[in-house]
Amino acid sequence: MSDTSVAVETHESEQEHLALRHHFVTVEQQRNSSHLAMWLFLATEVMFFGGMFCAYLIYRIWFYAEFAAGSRSLDITLGTINTAVLICSSLTVALGVRAAQMGKRKLLVVLLLLTLVLGLAFLGIKGVEWYAKYTEHHIPGSTFNVSDLVQDYPTLHIDPRHEQIFFSLYFAMTGMHAIHMIVGVGLFLYLTYKAWKGTYGPEYYTPIEIGGLYWHFVDIIWIYLFPLLYLIDRKPLH
Amino acid sequence: MATAAAVNVDTERENYLNSTYGIRSWLLTTDHKRIALLYLVSITFFFFIGGFFALLIRLELLTPAGDLVLSDTYNKLFSMHGQIMVFFFLVPSIPAVLGNFLIPMMVGAKDLALPRINLISWYLYIIGGALMLHAMVLGGVDTGWTFYTPFSTSFSNTHVIEAGLAIFIAGFSSILTGLNIVVTVHRMRAPGLTWSRLPLFVWSMYATSVIMLLGTPVLAITLVLVVLERSLHLGIFDPTLGGDPLLFQHLFWFYSHPAVYIMILPSMGVVSEIIPCFSRKRAFGYSAIALSSIGIAVLGFLVWAHHMFVAGISLYSALVFSLLSYLVAVPSAIKVFNWTATMYKGSISFDTPMLYAFGFIGLFTIGGLTGLFLAALGIDVHVTDTYFVIAHFHYIMVGGAVMGYLGGMHFWWPKISGRMYPEFWGKLAALIVFIGFNLTFFPQFILGYLGMPRRYWQYPPEFQVLNVLSTAGSTILAVGYLLPMAYFLWSLRYGKVAGDNPWGAAGLEWKTSSPPPTFNFDYEPVVTWEAYNYHEIPAPEEVNA
Amino acid sequence: MSVGMYYGIWITLLILTGVTAGVSFIDLGPFNTIVALVIATFKALLVVLFFMHVKYASEKLTKTVIIAAIFWLMLLLGLSLTDYLSRNLL
Repeated sequence: MSDTSVAVETHESEQEHLALRHHFVTVEQQRNSSHLAMWLFLATEVMFFGGMFCAYLIYRIWFYAEFAAGSRSLDITLGTINTAVLICSSLTVALGVRAAQMGKRKLLVVLLLLTLVLGLAFLGIKGVEWYAKYTEHHIPGSTFNVSDLVQDYPTLHIDPRHEQIFFSLYFAMTGMHAIHMIVGVGLFLYLTYKAWKGTYGPEYYTPIEIGGLYWHFVDIIWIYLFPLLYLIDRKPLH
Repeated sequence: MATAAAVNVDTERENYLNSTYGIRSWLLTTDHKRIALLYLVSITFFFFIGGFFALLIRLELLTPAGDLVLSDTYNKLFSMHGQIMVFFFLVPSIPAVLGNFLIPMMVGAKDLALPRINLISWYLYIIGGALMLHAMVLGGVDTGWTFYTPFSTSFSNTHVIEAGLAIFIAGFSSILTGLNIVVTVHRMRAPGLTWSRLPLFVWSMYATSVIMLLGTPVLAITLVLVVLERSLHLGIFDPTLGGDPLLFQHLFWFYSHPAVYIMILPSMGVVSEIIPCFSRKRAFGYSAIALSSIGIAVLGFLVWAHHMFVAGISLYSALVFSLLSYLVAVPSAIKVFNWTATMYKGSISFDTPMLYAFGFIGLFTIGGLTGLFLAALGIDVHVTDTYFVIAHFHYIMVGGAVMGYLGGMHFWWPKISGRMYPEFWGKLAALIVFIGFNLTFFPQFILGYLGMPRRYWQYPPEFQVLNVLSTAGSTILAVGYLLPMAYFLWSLRYGKVAGDNPWGAAGLEWKTSSPPPTFNFDYEPVVTWEAYNYHEIPAPEEVNA
Repeated sequence: MSVGMYYGIWITLLILTGVTAGVSFIDLGPFNTIVALVIATFKALLVVLFFMHVKYASEKLTKTVIIAAIFWLMLLLGLSLTDYLSRNLL
């Protein structure tokens, strides 16, 4: 009776004691500092992606026809599926934080693994899409050739030079997003490992929380990238 | 001077310098004070390099003909002078050295909120610096520190990618420093230390950090886009594809204008600490000074296109940015009025830090006012891209920021090292810096007004006299900068032992020993007094060596 | 937050994704873009408020940081537009 409860107590306070770093006065101060730090970092990420959104905004105004044509050449099915994949991964992350909060180690590990699988699925689908762009010669550079788009959309009066700007932005934005996903996958591999070892519990699950915040943010970037890149103009052409 | 040879209890006591030994204890430290010193050594190193390029520039400009270096080399000299001085000296200088060292103590904490991130930030700086050095050794960059496209993306044959990546990495160092400071000020204040009791240095560092956090990422992505365009031909700025070179300039200056406030706000914070101390008076208009720091940080983001007035932006846009540029001068002026009012009827002493503060106020005012000249569209058309602009920003960056940095180093040197620098040499160096600085840069206002363009390696003969004056000034300035390096080092061994509070200054950092113990305080600070309570603090005895 | 609520937000997000994709095929003129951005913003809000727990945040500071980030992004986009939208007016 009291043996096990004492053992649990000791483990918890050990956990708490181990987790508290020397320059903090309380665990709460530490947790609040980590949270604020992650939110501030996400604010910097908003500005980081923001520079590309600014370039996108200007050129979409200038070269709407080319942006519309380039958008149509993207696979809307794969884009929609990928959006759904990330949304599912945000669910698994959020449920994972809850599992950590409730001390359910096995559930936490399963949810983190699911998140990883979904994240890798996203990257895989992205790879498929990029490969399609490669075969269609839509990658900017010496092999760039959009005569197919010029042919398919004669009413749009596409200038191939401007089309190259659309695809430059497409690859820059989805590429930067993908890099952030890869970092997220690496981060979650680490969190999964630590979770499996029992590092996280009701007293200390801050890394899961702030890792989750990062993952949700990368999801939100995609939530905007999807309509801005894939859904510019899908109206039926007369 | 002979007293220092005697065994001294203060320096024998365990402090952050002697608590652990060995190179690992320094290179793997998470102690904010040691990291500050790591930064101090690194930025001084880069200051030498940037200064060396400046001397070569001034040597070339002694004569109207281009006879010292090739024109291509000259392009590289001014480019790298700018990049090194801005990104590897000025931006980190006060935040990473004085900010790192002092902020935890000023808020009564044992360390910054994120000590490991602090160490990572130094390593990022070092990696960025190493990449930059490598790019320089391989032949450097000739795009100007501004990397304008399409020259940087399509035409330059120099190491743009490497320099761009170096600055990108150093930018992350900057972001992490800012992050640490904001979290520390929000979360680590000692009991009783409300926002309105914070030292004004902390307020200005907080404002600086907000700029670092919100502005630097835009520079980062812009550099990434330049690197991608050069390497993978993702032609976003390429005019042959219909791209807009001005888009680069908008994105670049969105950071680089606020960056100048990153460089000046910390110095303003230093001045706000020095003037009350050496006037033995509380800061006049505490709220005005504190809020004007925030005001500068916010307004500083609204004015960037004043660097682009003649680049091809629309006239309407230029009018908007011109008006906003006038606005941003207001909070700076508020500070100058408040510093002056602080000194009024104060008990002024002219120790070295105060000399630098005086120099700052005068030179920053000149620099700031000439900024207003530039903000006027009609004048800017004539003096943009001339030496007038160069003089303007050097008055602020060197006459302002560097003077503030030196003043701060002298003011807090006793706290950092436990020793006093020699006061005579301190005053002499300050005077030499002031004279050298004005001789170097005032002629440049005239040169610019008369029409000498910037970044030109040769010039019409009628400009020679002013150029010679400027070069002469630069050698004097160099002497003025070398002196403190020499006597600071000297003081480590032979300087008078400082004691906890040689200046009789207000602030928590003076309520612990010099040098401080590793965890800053031997007790838990609780603050029950207002900031700058000089009416309660006795004036120090003479500390002249 | 209850488990049910997490699932509810998740389903809503998936439905909105389908809606935004589907609506793009309908000709709404200039409103296509607006609808797409409104839906995206609503989805982002759901993620921020519920998955990232901002609705239940104890401090105003978190919300201040988010609003500041968005505001600063608008500064970048908006002030740049003062140039681009007025270039051919003279």
